Amino acid sequence: MEWETVIGLEIHTQLLTKSKIFSGAATAFGAPPNTQACLVDLGYPGVLPVLNQEAVRMAVKFGLAIGATIAQHSVFARKNYFYPDLPKGYQISQYELPVVSRGSVEIELEDGASKRIGITRAHLEEDAGKSLHEGFEGVSGIDLNRAGTPLLEIVSEPDLRSAREAVAYMKKIHTLVRYLGICDGNMQEGSFRCDANVSLRRKGDSKLGTRAELKNINSFHFVEKAITYEIGRQAEVLESGGQVVQETRLYDSKKNETRSMRSKEEANDYRYFPDPDLLPLEIAPAFIAAVRETLPELPDAKRQRFAEQYGLSGYDAGLLTASRELADYYEAVVKAVGGEPKACANWVMGELAAALNRGNQDIAASPVSAAALAGLIKRVLDNTVSGKLAKEVFEAMWAGEGEADAVIAGRGLTQITDSSAIEKVIDEVMAANPEQLAAYRAGKDKLFAFFVGQVMKASKGKANPQQVNALLKRKLAG
Amino acid sequence: MALTPAEVRSIAGLARLAVGEQDIPQYARNLSRILEFVAQLDKADTRDIAPMAHPLDMAQRLRDDTVTETNQRDVFQQNAPQVQAGLYIVPKIIE
Repeated sequence: MEWETVIGLEIHTQLLTKSKIFSGAATAFGAPPNTQACLVDLGYPGVLPVLNQEAVRMAVKFGLAIGATIAQHSVFARKNYFYPDLPKGYQISQYELPVVSRGSVEIELEDGASKRIGITRAHLEEDAGKSLHEGFEGVSGIDLNRAGTPLLEIVSEPDLRSAREAVAYMKKIHTLVRYLGICDGNMQEGSFRCDANVSLRRKGDSKLGTRAELKNINSFHFVEKAITYEIGRQAEVLESGGQVVQETRLYDSKKNETRSMRSKEEANDYRYFPDPDLLPLEIAPAFIAAVRETLPELPDAKRQRFAEQYGLSGYDAGLLTASRELADYYEAVVKAVGGEPKACANWVMGELAAALNRGNQDIAASPVSAAALAGLIKRVLDNTVSGKLAKEVFEAMWAGEGEADAVIAGRGLTQITDSSAIEKVIDEVMAANPEQLAAYRAGKDKLFAFFVGQVMKASKGKANPQQVNALLKRKLAG
Repeated sequence: MALTPAEVRSIAGLARLAVGEQDIPQYARNLSRILEFVAQLDKADTRDIAPMAHPLDMAQRLRDDTVTETNQRDVFQQNAPQVQAGLYIVPKIIE
């Protein structure tokens, strides 16, 4: 039997507000437990939620970026369930009238084609607290610092057909929310979380199969693995004549499997109703227009511009625009160099990216600034230093030894471009290797590389390689 | 609209209320009467009426994104039956 996979993702993004969605408590990550949980967050009787304008502005910004409809009238609802990290007994969310609906993004498929993924809705809601189980005997600890942190839940259409597509979509949203400056995208800290609805149906069927909801997938890598595992599991159930049960399943990254969370099934009756504590949210066209003014150049547009303006391949333009910070860095390098966009791209995607990866560092924390890197690239372009030794200069700059010029001078790495000096080295090399010289002159052309190597070695890599090649050819010919 | 005993048990479960087996018939009767009372609204013609989310004809006021609350954990935790290392302690919640 051939099965078609159908996937929809629910992505929870923590919005980068200073205070909570309905209270004036701080949202900073990592504070001591319960020091950022006020009476509203704790669900004390008699308190009232008051909506944070910045959370609304960020939701609208996201909606505009995905070409969605912004609801001029939307409503907050109570989602009722009991859990100790939810002190009120309900989560304030949106149900029937979310703030953002019907948008889309384009993802790139492996074959280079693009595919439009529909976004059903994006709604504002509050996060719950955290339950801690480790280190306790028979009890759990509750930290409510996170309770009330604003979330934008982004719900896709069931348009995704493979684990790869799901990852591509998730990365797209991740890039977008960071471009917009509405979420830091930090998956380790839980600022960007994903649940996946996965089902299978017979190829050609239009009716959706029964889905399982996968929870707790906190990296791009795990999304792909969890979905791949789940597809295999469901196919096995269906192939053997069984039926997929609609349920919530938890992904265990250590065992690479999903398992049923039976305890949650029964509670899946949320009895949503409009929250009487909150009036409907009215968003005026002027507010939407003002937010539109603040939209930055979006990833797709920037990527296209990079390809056109700098003559880069689609792939390279995609890499350089993966984050706004990286794109800004690259453009600053090109500007400081005064052109040569391809050479700049090679340095940024090559040495710089490798160094950042090694230290698992963010571009913002790069010890080599865009201006400093541009200084080095200029020295390569004007032949002050060879491309090979420039890598050594870069490493030194990375280690804090100063600007390119200082490192080149300090380490004596200036390229030798004086042809009489190079000729002198060549003469010495030829005199020291009479046998190879005779063999070369007898027709053993391959030895040319040997002589190049010897000359570069004798000049400590400083001789200009193009000049070495030209001069050697002439001299070896005799 | 009469609720069955099973529905009453389910509602009690969702509300985390312990309802004695002997009280279920009475709850079923009383709850059913409330539903019947509200069901009168079904007779109203609401075709051209916009759904109302709130009885007040007003819009939500928004607040500025500023931190106005200070740490009062020690005060708040005086009301908690058990705390440890700043955490509220509850019965174990995972199996």
